[in-house]
Amino acid sequence: MAERSPLADVDLSDTGDRVTLAEVPFLTQLDVRTSPSSSFPEPGTFRTDELDGEATFIWLGPDEWLVVGPPGAQKRLTERLESGRLESVSDTSVVDVSAQRTTLELRGPGALELLALGCSLDLHPRVFGPGRCAQTTLAHTPVILLQRKHCVTTGEPVFWVLVRASFASHLASWLLDASGDLTAGH
Amino acid sequence: MMLIPCPWCGPRDESEFHYGGQAGVAYPADPGALSDEQWAHYLFFRDNPKGPFRERWSHSAGCRRWFTLTRDTVTNEVTA
Ligand SMILES: [Zn+2]
Repeated sequence: MAERSPLADVDLSDTGDRVTLAEVPFLTQLDVRTSPSSSFPEPGTFRTDELDGEATFIWLGPDEWLVVGPPGAQKRLTERLESGRLESVSDTSVVDVSAQRTTLELRGPGALELLALGCSLDLHPRVFGPGRCAQTTLAHTPVILLQRKHCVTTGEPVFWVLVRASFASHLASWLLDASGDLTAGH
Repeated sequence: MMLIPCPWCGPRDESEFHYGGQAGVAYPADPGALSDEQWAHYLFFRDNPKGPFRERWSHSAGCRRWFTLTRDTVTNEVTA
């Protein structure tokens, strides 16, 4: 059976001209439980690791990280984790949770304002800059929120929202609806 | 809305948390030796102070960790 993403049937284009919304489907997601070490990101931060190519290590808790990679990299990343940075640590586990969540990417001058309509965290770049992450709620939906980077051409933040598959269409509907409430211009 | 300081994530809305009741209620060393009344006391009886109270919270919508804090039951001020 062909793989089908949680938002395959949702039209994400109708967000006005200040926000772009897109699904980043089928990312590899591995839940890693291990003892804290300096090779893993600090609380509230994530890091894309040069060694592991596209693997992004997201802090989830004091002994828990989510390792996110490109689609289909489950086996390769698990092997690299187990033979590399987890080799010397005894109490560890790596669990494939790729099917649990899909990812939404938000960019554009209204992206921050749109998120702020449904999220109580201070998302201003001086607090929630590139490399910051949080588990919180967005429109009452549990999410993992990442401030990926500032867009090279516009300097505006690019966000990733990781949301459980069963909540994805609700959250997408809310984002589409709330994008109509964005104030025009700056 | 209360702001509850998670030791890992910092201050977050109370809606991200679940309440776990009084802190420091130890599991009986020898449960089989307890009378029904003593067992009921362990299960159901808790302090109910007017003022500072040590209690358990779980940051269930965030890092999912349990922690203990002291909250004033009159003012909701978190002091430790
Ligand atoms: Zn927390």
